[in-house]
Amino acid sequence: MSWIGTIWDSLPLILQLGIKIGFIVGPLIIAVAYYTLAERKVIAYMHVRVGPNRVGPRGLLQPIADVLKLMFKEMIIPSKSDKYLFLIAPVLAVTPAFAAWAVIPFSGTLVLADIDAGLLYVLALTSMSVYGVIIAGWASNSKYAFLGAMRSAAQIVAYEIAMGFALVGVLMVAGSLNLNTIIQAQSGGLHQWFFLPLFPLFLVYLISGVAETNRAPFDVSEGESEIVAGFHVDYSGMGFAAFFLAEYANMLMISALTVILFLGGWNPPFDFPPFIWLPGVFWFLAKLSLVAFLFLWFRATFPRYRYDQIMRLGWKVFIPVTLIWIAVIGVFKFFTPFGVIFS
Amino acid sequence: MPLLSILFYLFATVLVVSAAMVVTIRNPVKAALFLVLSFFSAACIWMTLEAEFLSIALVLVYVGAVMVLFLFVVMMLDVDIERMREGFARNMPVGALVAGIMVVEFVVVMMSDRFDSQSLPRPVGHGPDYSNTKELGLVLYTDYVFAFEVAGLILLVAIIAAIVLTMRRRPDTRYQSPSEQVKVSKSERLRIVSMPTEKRPEINK
Amino acid sequence: MFLAKRFIDTWGLTELVRGLGVTGRYFFKKKFTIQYPEEKTPKSPRFRGLHALRRYPNGEERCIGCKLCEAVCPALAITIDSQEREDGTRRTTRYDIDLFKCIYCGFCEEACPVDSIVLTDIDEYHFESGESGVVTKIDLLSLGDRYEAQIASARQQDSAYR
Repeated sequence: MSWIGTIWDSLPLILQLGIKIGFIVGPLIIAVAYYTLAERKVIAYMHVRVGPNRVGPRGLLQPIADVLKLMFKEMIIPSKSDKYLFLIAPVLAVTPAFAAWAVIPFSGTLVLADIDAGLLYVLALTSMSVYGVIIAGWASNSKYAFLGAMRSAAQIVAYEIAMGFALVGVLMVAGSLNLNTIIQAQSGGLHQWFFLPLFPLFLVYLISGVAETNRAPFDVSEGESEIVAGFHVDYSGMGFAAFFLAEYANMLMISALTVILFLGGWNPPFDFPPFIWLPGVFWFLAKLSLVAFLFLWFRATFPRYRYDQIMRLGWKVFIPVTLIWIAVIGVFKFFTPFGVIFS
Repeated sequence: MPLLSILFYLFATVLVVSAAMVVTIRNPVKAALFLVLSFFSAACIWMTLEAEFLSIALVLVYVGAVMVLFLFVVMMLDVDIERMREGFARNMPVGALVAGIMVVEFVVVMMSDRFDSQSLPRPVGHGPDYSNTKELGLVLYTDYVFAFEVAGLILLVAIIAAIVLTMRRRPDTRYQSPSEQVKVSKSERLRIVSMPTEKRPEINK
Repeated sequence: MFLAKRFIDTWGLTELVRGLGVTGRYFFKKKFTIQYPEEKTPKSPRFRGLHALRRYPNGEERCIGCKLCEAVCPALAITIDSQEREDGTRRTTRYDIDLFKCIYCGFCEEACPVDSIVLTDIDEYHFESGESGVVTKIDLLSLGDRYEAQIASARQQDSAYR
């Protein structure tokens, strides 16, 4: 093994980073592709259907067929659209969705950039993903696209605040912005994970995450039955594929963050032998799949919210709840005898 | 540090060019987007100065929230450029005067020895353990806690003032109250009435 | 008591969790899907699919060119020309059905006095060009010859109810 190490060390830093990024982005794209298949399968099963099962054994090659189809389709640029912005929008949607994965710790050591302000970095990048949507909606020069973009922008801005406050609760308890430190603060088994003392924040974060990614039941920005497909009506071929990629990468991102912040990251659920033998990556990915499954389960279960209800939930319910719980955490942390609950 | 210098000149060029585009480009939406780009480049420059908290906060607050709302408004506006240029000749002298004063002020400030490279050296680099966020928090909540609280209070007053100014209760609009709707129970809406069953009428008798 | 229950219901999201429970249960139920090309649902003998013209057992075509089907067709999908044959009987020289117009109502079959035009149970067919949607007399007769067994058995099964 040592010769691999020597070759690795002799590579220039840029190349090393490039290889590391490739090892994150490659599996991520495959995961996104198979997440779309999982979505179709899971929703089909909940509809008492079987879902796609024709391409490859049990439909396992379906995402590859979809990707090939989208790659070979013509990308139509509407003649009255703003051409440059129209082409930039999908790129702006994908980039933050992928760049945010740089700070996600897959295990104690497996992280591309273990930066101190990791949580802030993730928050900043998720807030930038609005631009893809807004620019796409505006550049398409279509009413439906514009309506979808407006709806989604207002929704993302509203829920980002509740999400940020939920994160404030986490970092008050963990005492750090570094994602690895936050996970280490949750070590020691299931009862140490933050979703127990921060249960209201956990719920708020999870639901805001669904709203933030414009997923059902908060998918008014797509709203197939009213505004066709929202901001990406006019996109076809690779442009459409890029938006799809960004949406699902963001869903996985929110799942990963939920796992890191509330479900103990790569910590095993119990701190004794059969569980601690498995590596941290396994536990991280297992929990991530569980939360990602929840996203699909929600879509199969809940009908779409009305727009004013979404706004009411975001501004009048979630923000007060998070503010009150932050105050509760502060009070408990200040009076040390009870501070034990929020370790 | 050649790499850092290259990065600085790269970000600075993007920043200056996009800032110039903000004022020269015709389309207001594109101007707002160039403003976003210049904010982002500024954040990148701050990042190279090891001010990662400020840089991320700039992206988070200005790029992620303020400019989104800005774009929101600008996209909704139907700006007629011809009409905006109507008063150009009339407003030009005032505008030029204001711009001239600003330039002079700026030059005076920048020429003073407070801003030359001797009195403002490049901040010294810190080790990898140094956390800008932590240092900032320590200073903000100890030395400047009073100023910090006052700033928070002023912002709170601003929020309340904005809400008070814009909130109107219009009695003629009809709206639903979801919480009222959810609270309804069966006993309030449903009345079960017992009725005697009707006899079937006899036919052709 | 009622207030406490409502409080728990609201903040514990009980209704949402119950909804999730329903879909969660259905996730594990037996699926209803029929794998179409390999598996097919049973068809009624009254199924109205592609048309066909029948013949008598001696090989003579049944159609006498009375044009009742043409008259009754609500979609005006049938076009018939007729002429006297050498043996003095009236026969059709042209019998076209435009399958793009046809609504598969089965009125032609009901109107036919000699049980000549019938609707078979064939529902898997396609056209590769616009004009091939019109089937001619030759096509219809050959369809009748090919599927006579199925046509006869379907009529046999349904005869008790007519």
